[in-house]
Amino acid sequence: MYQWISFVSMWAIPLLISFILVYGWHRRVPVYESFVDGAKGGFVTTVRIMPHLIAMMVAITMFRASGALDLLLKALAPLCNWLHIPGEIVPIALLRPLSGTGSLAIATDIIARYGPDSLLGRLAATMQGSTDTTLYVLTVYFGAVGIRNGAYALKVGLWSDLAGVVASIIVVYLVFL
Amino acid sequence: MLNVIWLGLIVVSMVVAAINGKIEVINQAAFEGAKTGVTVSFGLLSVLAFWMGIMRIAEKAGLMELMAKALSPVVRRLFPDVPKGHPALGYILSNMSANLLGLGNAATPMGLKAMQELQKLNPNKEQASPAMCTLLAINTASITLIPTTMIAIRMQYGSANPVEIVGSTLMASFAATGIALLLDRWYRRAANRRAP
Repeated sequence: MYQWISFVSMWAIPLLISFILVYGWHRRVPVYESFVDGAKGGFVTTVRIMPHLIAMMVAITMFRASGALDLLLKALAPLCNWLHIPGEIVPIALLRPLSGTGSLAIATDIIARYGPDSLLGRLAATMQGSTDTTLYVLTVYFGAVGIRNGAYALKVGLWSDLAGVVASIIVVYLVFL
Repeated sequence: MLNVIWLGLIVVSMVVAAINGKIEVINQAAFEGAKTGVTVSFGLLSVLAFWMGIMRIAEKAGLMELMAKALSPVVRRLFPDVPKGHPALGYILSNMSANLLGLGNAATPMGLKAMQELQKLNPNKEQASPAMCTLLAINTASITLIPTTMIAIRMQYGSANPVEIVGSTLMASFAATGIALLLDRWYRRAANRRAP
């Protein structure tokens, strides 16, 4: 099974790229000029995204460095005990919607400390892998087209993150316990 | 909402740092955070430029229209506001398939192209249209077939079976995506009722 998956993920990108190039050539598309033209768009998009990313990263880094994150976790500890959620995974649940790299760092730390095949390690991996970073996706996608009013998108993203956390806990407990 | 979160994070950080008597970390964190923002952006630049270049070739070859036409019945149910055969549908489809395969790097540029196409259909350029919100809901929950990063980390730490989390991850992300789509519909209906 694993060999099959690594085989697929290894071949997916090269096959996709060569298919697009060969098909484009077949349809008489000027492939080189088109690539350069499209890549230019990537540059423009990045410049538009960068200020948004800087703003969010500043706030998140401050929150972590000031000790506010630790305080929040301490405050949530009784609730976790009551819900029978291991406190160690709460930082992932809280950080996952805000910072993908931040929660990845915590997940890696848990896997390193408790072992990849422990319940905590499996839970950390499932939680990290099952959703994407809501705030990042929102910032990048809306920032790229200049949307200021995101309507209800943030609410939907955050509630579904909570659903993802709950589902991860239930599924991991059911499958591995 | 983003205004409140951003301001809240910074103000709370300042207050906590002041109480802890280590206000100096704020200076450091502010510039470290800004630096991270720039680093992440430049990391994004290489990937975005490459994939947007490749996708421009696919676009000029007519692949997007082809995909949109073939798979439109499925996606049209999720995006009823987008006209049939519109290029946005093709980008949405490639964005969804890249997410499924765990090709996060490829998913973002396609998602952004989809956003740009949706923006062309958007009557109010500053407010997100319902279709944009649905695309966002799909991407924030993101059904993942192969969680490549976590498999790699589990391998690194000597797991007996690194891929055993594929099933649990798929189930959890499936549930999250289902809830996201339900909520999206619910909020969309509520917004329609408020402004008919």
